[in-house]
Amino acid sequence: MQHTLKSALKSTVLAASLIMVSGLSMAEIRLGVDTAPYPPFSQVNASGELVGWEIEIGNALCEVMKEECVWTPIAWDGIIPALVAKKIDAIVGSMSITEERMKTISFSDKYYNTPAALVAAKSSGDMDGSPESVKGKIIGVQVSTTHQNYTEATYAEMADSIKTYQAFDEHNQDLVSGRIDAVVGDSLAMAPFLESAEGQAFEIKATLSDTAIFGAGAGAGIRKEDNELREKFNAAIKEIRDNGTYAEISKKYFNFDIYGE
Amino acid sequence: MRWDWIPTYWPDFVDGLIITLQLLSMSIIIGMFFAIPIGLVQVTGPRWLGRIAQGFCTVVRGTPLLIQLWLLYYGLGSLFPSMPWIRESWMWPYLRDAFPYALLAFSISVAGYEGEVMRGAFKSVPKGELEAARSFGMSRFTILRRIWLPRAFQNVLPTLAGEFVLTLKATPLAATITVFDVYGVGTMVRQETYRIYEPLLFIAGIYIVLTGIIVLFFRWLENRVPRAV
Repeated sequence: MQHTLKSALKSTVLAASLIMVSGLSMAEIRLGVDTAPYPPFSQVNASGELVGWEIEIGNALCEVMKEECVWTPIAWDGIIPALVAKKIDAIVGSMSITEERMKTISFSDKYYNTPAALVAAKSSGDMDGSPESVKGKIIGVQVSTTHQNYTEATYAEMADSIKTYQAFDEHNQDLVSGRIDAVVGDSLAMAPFLESAEGQAFEIKATLSDTAIFGAGAGAGIRKEDNELREKFNAAIKEIRDNGTYAEISKKYFNFDIYGE
Repeated sequence: MRWDWIPTYWPDFVDGLIITLQLLSMSIIIGMFFAIPIGLVQVTGPRWLGRIAQGFCTVVRGTPLLIQLWLLYYGLGSLFPSMPWIRESWMWPYLRDAFPYALLAFSISVAGYEGEVMRGAFKSVPKGELEAARSFGMSRFTILRRIWLPRAFQNVLPTLAGEFVLTLKATPLAATITVFDVYGVGTMVRQETYRIYEPLLFIAGIYIVLTGIIVLFFRWLENRVPRAV
């Protein structure tokens, strides 16, 4: 009895130390992604796995960096604080590189760039993206996004009001219900909605561009002091662009070049 | 700790506080208006009405307020596209706004919880007092107005104070359906300044002050009603 207990204890200690050693040698990179679905970039499929273009790209980047990565879903409004607080190591969640965010965190080079779009009902004829064309309309945007900043800077004066939503699918629901007249969101992220049954009555009225607000595209958000990790990401982005992995993944999702100019 | 954002967002906090107080006070008034008959019919009958009231309380108390709120706001909203005429109707400005849904959900919640409290309150009034009133020749309504209801309230004032404090602390749920209450403003500050502790502490402080006001008000009210001997 004494003997078995001792050996059991021994093996437990051994196992524990093994775990500790392996833990030290293979520090994994925790990639933060929005908990809310953002198809086709990231969403949870029926079997509970994260899937999407961005997830595949993220995995490809980790592969060429030769790092173990774990995806950590975090609510969007807390994702930058989570990075700063070291709960995650990088944000790979379609985050636009902006001046405002650069005050708090740093970014890798961009890995894609798509324009923002003003989406409204097909029947609302003359909306062309100009401030005058949204006169008296209620516009919905997701809170804490470049789309919100653009909408407030461009449309606040003419629009009836701007409603902010916690998640992307919530403003689409209210667009369908008719509570809001238009939505400003990413053109690509809006595509699956516009193809869905509920989205049939809606279309992209205008694509919006303003580099000062929308920035240079989406990059991986990284803590300011993590220069080494940022360089690794930059090199990895370049590598998957060069070796064709990027194009291979992208063509499964898009019929155009999502990298932008 | 940085607090330099307070002056910038002060007007937003005042607006948010007004929304919170409106939501709280209006839902308590509307909710209590229904809670009294809901409690009463469960004691007096008719039996079938009592059963309905009991069922209502069970459903309201048995489901999360967040789900009730979303069922009302996004659930009803999803039915609007199949009813195009609704957008032309006089109701549309209200159906479009988020506040009426929050008010409805919170009023239902108050009616459900406080209906149950009032049932107990009506039951706890000693039968002898009601019989004495009847022997004085009071009508049923006069008994209710002069004896039963005041005595019932007297018994449950401390309970109600606690319940309304809970209602206050549930109001941030309204922010999930775009009602910009004081919590919503705090969230906005968090998102725009990337500061977490300070805005959260600040709104926590606001809720403590509001709770204090409710508690003090009910203590004052309790002292005003003469105690039964």
